[in-house]
Amino acid sequence: MNKSWQARVGPYGLSLLILGLFLLLWQSATHPPKFDPSGKTEDQLTLLEFNGDIVRDASGKYIFNPDKVSGLPGPMKVLKKARIELGEAFTRKGTNDHGIGLLVFYTIKRFLAGFMAGSVVAILLGILVGLSKPLYVALNPFIQVLKPISPLAWMPLMLYSVKDPVWTAILVVFMASLWPTVANTAFGVNAIRKDYLQVAALLEMSYWRRLFTVILPAAAPAIIAGLRISFGSALVAVVPAEMLLGELGAGYLTWTEWNNLDISGVIFAILVVGVVGYTLDYAFGRLAQIFNYSEV
Amino acid sequence: MAYLRIDHVTKVYPVLDDKARKGETFVVFHNVSFEIQRGEFLTMIGHSGCGKSTLLNLIAGFDQPSAGGIILEGREVTRPGLDRMVVFQSFALMPWLTAFDNVRIGVRQAHPDWPANRVREWAQKYINLMNLHGAERKRPAFLSGGMRQRVGLARAFAVEPKVLLLDEPFAQIDALTRGSIQEELIRMWAETRNTVFMVTHDVDEAILLSDRIALMTNGPDAELAEIVEVTIPRPRTRAQLIDSPEYVRLRNHILHFLVKGAKREKHADAESRANGQPSAKPRRQPLLN
Repeated sequence: MNKSWQARVGPYGLSLLILGLFLLLWQSATHPPKFDPSGKTEDQLTLLEFNGDIVRDASGKYIFNPDKVSGLPGPMKVLKKARIELGEAFTRKGTNDHGIGLLVFYTIKRFLAGFMAGSVVAILLGILVGLSKPLYVALNPFIQVLKPISPLAWMPLMLYSVKDPVWTAILVVFMASLWPTVANTAFGVNAIRKDYLQVAALLEMSYWRRLFTVILPAAAPAIIAGLRISFGSALVAVVPAEMLLGELGAGYLTWTEWNNLDISGVIFAILVVGVVGYTLDYAFGRLAQIFNYSEV
Repeated sequence: MAYLRIDHVTKVYPVLDDKARKGETFVVFHNVSFEIQRGEFLTMIGHSGCGKSTLLNLIAGFDQPSAGGIILEGREVTRPGLDRMVVFQSFALMPWLTAFDNVRIGVRQAHPDWPANRVREWAQKYINLMNLHGAERKRPAFLSGGMRQRVGLARAFAVEPKVLLLDEPFAQIDALTRGSIQEELIRMWAETRNTVFMVTHDVDEAILLSDRIALMTNGPDAELAEIVEVTIPRPRTRAQLIDSPEYVRLRNHILHFLVKGAKREKHADAESRANGQPSAKPRRQPLLN
């Protein structure tokens, strides 16, 4: 009986409530005002009509021209746009006008190629660095300098060297997914509990067997944590890379819609990027669980 | 000839504190010599810091003696190997492997030429011997401390090493469970007749399990004071031990030694204070020549 309202709606109810409130605010903030002709002379109204600011509706009254809006579009307009876009998700209308489903597919393909290549290189490099103290000390300054460089900063150089936007986009994602995994893998390999290595030594394991049965599994939680961070930063990099390179994809959509001055399209594209990112991150999280184990 | 000979072993470490002058060292223990016969169970007792675990690490081959040598069956020990298995205080089980696989990787390493099913059967045999039946598929995180150390013991026994090295194996196990695992260890030992070197600071545990008990003086710069024989007939159980007059005599003897050893340390402190040296610092000596 005395439950608080928070307990009564539950966390998901609260989510819906926040969403509803947000949409309501959005709608009221972007709702076009009614045109008020009072206080305006006939000449002024004619001029406004001539400019296309106002039109006559069916009953002959002046209203604001719905096709000439300034300011942000409301949720209803974005929803309308989304319905149109999703309706033709897999159609190809021209070389640069592909449906949203296809664009998302291109982005995921590009992202996965760059992320996987980057992760493989990063894990190998991380193991190498983590296993050898001198190498760790020697390479650490380079890693520290390279790490804070935004992956997008590499883009001009890559575009110049590979001369191909498709590969450049993949390389940007590659660069974005490199450093967190390198750093975490090196740390994880370096911080393996001494007694695991002692057991490996007692059992006279060969170098490779020790690597695959002791070192890699022991470092797995740290490696996965690094991959997770890399995953996020690669996801963040793929969208601006597509924008700047003009490669078809979810990020590209944002930019084309801006060039079309279709702000509802821009908002729709942003939402698509969010949903795609969340879905990929969720899938990765589930995948990572397979390789995780609880420490003693 | 002795099976395992610890021959005038000394271990010296560099001093690890920021005020230490370069090259300064301290001696953990010096000139420790004793022999273990084949099939014998020898336990080393001493206060923390007497270097008993350090000596065990030397026998395991994790570390090298600063002077002297360790000879197992006529060959000097230089590195870790399958002929000396350690049971760790921290269990040292791989948390990503099941209890069974933790035992199995040992067997596989010891017998690389065996087919997979023979390795599996062998591992299962030792799992069963340690009463681990039913826990094989569980990972260490889901086992109690006692069960984990059973896995550790099974892993070590399954390899059939020449010497088993037990490094305070029951220190992290609650007192009630400890008793039953100790009895299982006795049973396993009686069956396999392994040569065992154990390190502990539990006097009762030492008397229950050992043939002989080596007593170390306090560190740093500890030395082997004496080795006492445990003449209580086997098989021993906890219950029968309590009433044994020999047990009481041994226990008092060892406890007296340990208390006296502590006094010796205080005495040394008083001396060093009189000499105007800080008392809490370990005694430092130049590196042995």
